[in-house]
Parts: sequence; structure tokens; C-alpha cells
Amino acid sequence: MTSNNDAFLSVRDLIVEYTSEGRVIHAVNGVSFELERGKTLGLVGETGAGKTSTAKAIMRILPDPPAKIRSGEIVLDGQDLLKIDEKEMRKIRGRKVSMIFQDPMTALNPIMKIGEQISEVIKMHNDITWREANQQAAKMLEKVGIPSDRFNEYPHQFSGGMKQRVVIAIALACSPELLIADEPTTALDVTIQAQVLDMINKLKKDFNTSMIMISHNLGVVAEVCDDIAVIYAGEIIEYGGKEAIFDHPTHPYTLGLFGAVPHLYDDVDRLSPIPGLPPDPTNLPAGCHFSPRCPHGQELCRIEKKGLVEIQPGHFSRCTRFADQGR
Amino acid sequence: MLNATAPESSPPKIKKQGEFIVVARRLSKNPMAVISFFVTVFLVLIAIFAPLIAPYPYDKQDLMHTRAAPSAQHLFGTDELGRDVFSRVIWGSRFSLSIGILAVLLGTVVGLFLGAIAGYFGGLADDIIMRIMDVLQSIPGILLAITISVVLGPGFFNTLLALSIGGIAMGCRLTRASILNIRTQEYLEAATSINASTPRIIIRHVLPNSFSPLLVSSTMSIGNVIMAAAMLSFIGLGIQPPTPEWGSMIAGGRNLIRTSPWMVTFPGIFIMLTVLALNLFGDGLRDALDPKLKK
Amino acid sequence: MSALVEVKNLKKYFETPGGMLHAVDDVSFSIETGTTMGVVGESGCGKSTLGRVIIHLLDSTAGKIYFEGEDVTAVDSKKLHKLRENMKIIFQDPFSSLNPRMTVEQTIMEPLIVSGRYSKKEMEEETERLMTMVGIDERLRLSYPHELDGGRRQRVGIGRALALNPKFIVCDEPVSALDVSIQAQVLNLLQDLQKQLGLTYMFVTHDLSVVRHISNDICVMYLGQLVETSPSKELFKHPLHPYTKALISAVPTTDIHHRKERIILEGEIVSPINPKPGCRFAARCGYVSEKCHEPQQLEEVLPKHFVSCCRARELNRL
Repeated sequence: MTSNNDAFLSVRDLIVEYTSEGRVIHAVNGVSFELERGKTLGLVGETGAGKTSTAKAIMRILPDPPAKIRSGEIVLDGQDLLKIDEKEMRKIRGRKVSMIFQDPMTALNPIMKIGEQISEVIKMHNDITWREANQQAAKMLEKVGIPSDRFNEYPHQFSGGMKQRVVIAIALACSPELLIADEPTTALDVTIQAQVLDMINKLKKDFNTSMIMISHNLGVVAEVCDDIAVIYAGEIIEYGGKEAIFDHPTHPYTLGLFGAVPHLYDDVDRLSPIPGLPPDPTNLPAGCHFSPRCPHGQELCRIEKKGLVEIQPGHFSRCTRFADQGR
Repeated sequence: MLNATAPESSPPKIKKQGEFIVVARRLSKNPMAVISFFVTVFLVLIAIFAPLIAPYPYDKQDLMHTRAAPSAQHLFGTDELGRDVFSRVIWGSRFSLSIGILAVLLGTVVGLFLGAIAGYFGGLADDIIMRIMDVLQSIPGILLAITISVVLGPGFFNTLLALSIGGIAMGCRLTRASILNIRTQEYLEAATSINASTPRIIIRHVLPNSFSPLLVSSTMSIGNVIMAAAMLSFIGLGIQPPTPEWGSMIAGGRNLIRTSPWMVTFPGIFIMLTVLALNLFGDGLRDALDPKLKK
Repeated sequence: MSALVEVKNLKKYFETPGGMLHAVDDVSFSIETGTTMGVVGESGCGKSTLGRVIIHLLDSTAGKIYFEGEDVTAVDSKKLHKLRENMKIIFQDPFSSLNPRMTVEQTIMEPLIVSGRYSKKEMEEETERLMTMVGIDERLRLSYPHELDGGRRQRVGIGRALALNPKFIVCDEPVSALDVSIQAQVLNLLQDLQKQLGLTYMFVTHDLSVVRHISNDICVMYLGQLVETSPSKELFKHPLHPYTKALISAVPTTDIHHRKERIILEGEIVSPINPKPGCRFAARCGYVSEKCHEPQQLEEVLPKHFVSCCRARELNRL
């Protein structure tokens, strides 16, 4: 990919490994992408593909041991996050970059009032009094659709959807420039998910926040994202704008994902699942990581490792077989 | 379609071994567990072969050579009545280990039974059993053992009883907690849906999945019980001389610690070794038994 | 074709410290032999409880359950035994639905052992046959659940459910916990088995796309109440109940060129404990009226299409 100096976030050749019982798990294998200010990137993939590891690497919250960032660059607003020390990083976490985790049930402190959990973050990054922090926290609550008179209530008094809103309020309390959302609506009911996605979209516009949305749900990604990166076995195998990916997917894995999911308005007799299982991250196949499962795999695929090829302006793929076809 | 003929109920032996081998293999990868396992086995062997290892009978007095320092004839020296400390320590392993294992076994089995009833059936049975356990646990373990010992008097079997009662509450709570934990597991519902009877569900599904915390904590409490037995002997209850129990040996030698430290040191070392080995093995066992930890 | 399973005015209430929890409240529908009835709704709607009551894992509080035309609401233990061989369940969580200490073979064989009707050899052969039928490799016979992935674990659960040739299977969110590509494999398997063995399914899920794909008919539930039921395609073509409409509109779509009008629900979900009479969706409904607070009736508003809403005809111009 050509280097874009306007990019707000630029991740380059990120490699993350986990060591466990003497074996090395190759979680992230050379992931590169860019994110412009105010835009949203969707990171799509299944369990174990490396999406959460990538996100945690950006936040530098990977547990070390067993995780290790072997190499790569994570340049946020001109600063390489992998080259600064923990003290510097702490100033950035929560303030410049914020993360929302998947499970709202465990993301909140059960013995602390929800309002205080928001003001705590505000006080940590701003030189203001507690009273001022609480006032700002109350305003944040209103912004996420929770009446501010619920400031002094505890997490167990809220439903799953409302808890997730509190989590979002905490994440946005310091107006971060980058928000990483790791499957923020997976644990929520469909109608609540719609409310929360709607709210995220509005807040994104208000704060002009850049966002990385991690999800395995193509529909959610379509609702919220501008660009999409499809990740498989720790690599980005296809990358492009929303229209490019949804209208002209080219990588067999992306095609497989679309074929495996039942759609609300498309009638099929039988789904087309992707045969086999995701590869063992301690023992990745040679050549193209997807080749053992690929219905179009050829001999060359098993030997040669393909790089990302720009098949259309801004649309990259590791497989050029279907470069000329649509869906 | 299948024809109905005489059914068989027990699965072939191969499968049982399978699980055991898996656990054993995991244990073997943990150096601490392996070392402590062999130390434990060593101590058990000493206990079993005590009559063959000990050079002297444990109550043989030699009033000409009292409080002798360790030498070639008396590896650990002699005590205030000229008895060979080495022989007494060797024989002592038999008493200390057996009281530890038996007391824990007794307490665990009774606790398991009560905990299974409380956990699986709940309701009134659960309330009654747990209130009894509350009372039992509100008294500190050693105080409870002392009180019962005072009531029953010293001696091996009385001490055994006194020490086992403390273990009942723990066994009961652990079993009950395990069962409550797995009660929400769907494989119990699945077992009901395939017509498994309640006894079958308890024996085949509930107990096998709830005994591992119990197994681990029992292994580790053997050490505690041995300590408690030693304490009881030390204060004049429990097992009394001439029976060579490590604690009573320490009690006997405590006034002579400056002049004849060997009377106290060697039994002390053996207590420490036993408790340490059992605790470390218990740790290793817990890690090896939990399939999820390793995944 | 006649109805294999039928429920009439089925109720299931739980006693809680806070009051009576109306988990399933006055639900009626029937399932034709060889078809799939999808039961869809969000958390707390009672769909899982409904499934468990029908196959007698839970006792019903009131109402009737019919199997093959016979009233099986309250049966003695002998009949229950026979009934349980015909009605099985597949669970949602591939982790907790298998005994971690039993191998694949032991799990699938257990129903055969419990029935007491087969010799050891027959059971081993039947287990092998079942494993092949659900697509589990022979070499995994002695594997433990933690050695298998979610998809294979679900197959073991399906094999166990098929062991005594049941006629009816409640599938309780069987693919919700699986990865997308594995979901498709398991859904295809369930469809193939249905064709092969003439099975009847009650498919419980919160995922509208899945339920549309796999069901012949659908029931929509909200907080224990049945709000709408109709053939599958008809439901999506003409959703009649305001909740159904909101539910369908809430599903995020991959069709990026047709931005649909999203109905965003306001308000909070009422509690199913000691609920007030009337429609439970009223508190969030954009069309609530006085009459909504009276008990609603399930009416056939279009052919084979039933709704429980006093304003259904009016709002849909029928």
C-alpha cells in the first residue's frame, strides 16, 4: 500500500506472537492498514483471526507474557506507539485512544457507581476538580441516552443495552480521537443493537472520532463502516472501501463469508459453508493460508505467498483470480 | 433397526485408562509435581517398610545412652530415655501418615455425601445440612479437634475421629459448591432429556465433574491434619508416648532443645517435608486435573 | 399432513422472591410433521423456556401439549419415558452441553445404554452409524469435548439427540455460539437430516436471517407472549405486528444500496414479573392505544397469518 501521510492512524507490518507451553502462536502476521480522521474501518474475521490481538496491540494492552509484539509500526498522529514508554502510553490511553470491549457485563466495575466510573476517566486525564468531572460525566450520560439522575446507580441496576451505553460513555468521555470497538453489540439483542449502532453513528459525527469496528457480522459492518479489512489467519486478505468489498468481493474467503451467511432478503436452498476449519495458528499452512480450504486452490497457491495487490484503486486483495468478477 | 437383546452397562476399560493417562502425562510435565510425588511415595514406602528399615524397636530404651548425639549406631541420636530417634522417626511416619490420610478420607467421604445431597436436591435438606456445617465451621479447626480430643481422650482412634470432623465441613462445602456450579451446565439437562435416572445422573455426570476440587483440597489437607495431630500430641492430647508420633517427639524434646537439638530437629524436618510434598503435589494435581487451564 | 406437536394456551410461570415470573404466557400453535417451526424473539421472550416445557424438561403451569394428536400435558413416568425417546433437544452452548469427562462415543451411546434395549455390539455399531450421519470422523471416537471445536461439539450433541430415532427435536439456538462459516455447516446438516429422517423441528433463535432460511413457519414472541405467527416468507413480506416490524427493521443489512427505514424503539422493557394485563409491548409501541391494555387475542388476520394486536387490521389497512 502506498504510504499516506494524511492518515491519522497507520499500522505497518504488525506481527504479534503468543508463546504457550513452548509453542508459538502466530496471532498477527504482518497486518498493515490506514485510517483517516473521522473515518471508520471495519475489521472483519472469525474467531482467532487476529482482530482482537491487533486492537489490543494498538492500545498496548497485550499481556506480556505470553504475548509479544515482534515487529511493526503503529503510528498515531505522527507518533509511533510502539516506541514510547509505558508512562507516555498511559497519557494516550483513554484520552487519545479508547477501547470498547465485547462483554458489557464484565467491562464495568460492579461495586462502583456508573457515574463515577465515567468521572474517574475524566479526572485521570484532566486537571479539574471532582465536582467538575462529575458534571461532565452527567452530561456524557445524557449524550448516550441515559437520564443523568441515574448517575448514582450501580451496574446491576441496568440492562445489557444500557450497560453497553455506559461503557461507550466511558470510552468517549475524554473525546478520544480514535475509538476501537471490539464486537460492541454482539452480546446485545437485535433491537437494542440497532439503538446502540444508531447512537454510535451519531456520536461519531458529533465528536469526529475515527473508529475501528471489529465484528464478524457483515451487516453491522455495513451499517457503520467506511472501509473494510477482512482478516484471516492473522493477515489482511482483502481491503477496500465498503462498496468495493460488498459489491465486488474478490478473495475466495470473502466470497465464502458472504455465501455462508443467510440473508434476510435472499432466498437460498442451501447455504454454502466454507469447508474445513480455520488453520492452527501454531502451524500455519505454507503459501496462502487459506489454500487448504479454498475451493479454487491450485498447486501454486500452496507454495507461493501472495502479497496484497491493488486490483482497483483503493481495493486490495491477496487473490487475483476473481479480480474481474463481481458478486 | 436394532434388535433388543441383553444390555450391557459398563463401558470398556480402555476409556477409563484414557483419562487417567492424560492426567498422569500432564503431571509428568510439571517438575515440582514430579519431585513432590516421588518424595510422597518415598515417605509412604518408609511408613510401610518401617519394621524393616528401623534398626531398633521404637520403644526400646537404653538408659546407659540417653540423649546421645547422632553417631554411627544412632543416626539421629537418642532421646531422654535412650530410644533411637531414627527408628522413632521412621515408625512415626506410619502413624502420622496414616492418621493424616485416614482422617481426611473419613472427613471427605462424609462431607462428599452430605454435600452431594445438599447441592443436588437443595431445599430443606440443603438448609439443614448447611446450617450444621456453619456451626461446625464457626469453631476454629484446631480448637474443635482439641475439644473433641479432651472429650474422647488421647489415643489413635480418638484422635482420628477428632481430626476428621473438621474435614467434613470443607468436603461438604466444596462438593456442594461444585454441584451448584455444574447444575447450570446443560449436559445435566441433556442427561434428563435422554431418560437417565437420577442416580445415574449423580454418579455418571455430577460426581465425576465435582470431585476434582475436593481431590486437590483433600490432598493438601492431609498436610494440615498431620500438623494438627502433631499439635495435639504436643499439648498432651492426641497420640501419646511411647507411640512415636512426630509431634509428641517434639513435645518430649522441647525442654532439651539446647542440649539435644536432634530430638526436635529430625521429627520437625520430617513433618515439614511431608506437608510440603503433599501441598506441592496437590498444586500439581489441581493444574493437571483442570483440562481448561491447559487449553 | 397433520400436526405432530400442538400447544394450546400453554403457560409457564416461575415463583421468584420478587413475584410470579410469567415466562410463557398463553401460547398456542401447531407444528406439521416434517416441517420446521421457527420461534424467534429477543432475550427474555420465553422461547427457550417454551422449548423445554414442550419436551417436558420443565413442567407446564397451565395449558395443553399434544403429541401425535394425544394429550401429553401430564403423563406418568412410563409414558414420559417413551415420550422422551421421541422428543429431543439440541442445546445452544457447545461447551456446557457435553459432559467434559465423557468421550464422543460415550456421549452418543448413553441414550442407547439408558434405554436398556441393545447389546454392546449393537450399541457400538449404532454409535458409529450416528457419527457418520452427523459427520464426525471415526478417529475422534475417543476424543473429549475440550479437544474438539464448537462445530464438532454441536455435531456430537446432534448425534446424541438422534440416538433413538426421535420424531421431534427442539433446536435451542444451536448455531448462535458458532463462527459464521461453521454455522452454515451445521445448518446444512440439520436440513439434510430433516429430509433424510423426516424430522420435525422447533428452531429457537434470535437471529432473523437464520430463522427465515430454515423455517417453514415462524412464531414471534415478546416477553412470554406470542405476538405473531405465519408461514416464513409471508412474515417477512407482510409483518403485521408493530414489534415484528421493529424487529425486522432492526436487523443490520448487507445490502448497502438500499438504506431502509429503521424503526428505533424507545423506552425500556417491562418486567415479566407480575406483569399487568394486556400487550407487553405496549410500553415501547409507537401505536399504543387504550385497548392495548386489555388482554389481546390471537386472530387470523390473513390466511394462516395470526396476530395478537387489537390495531393490526387498522394499522395494516386490512
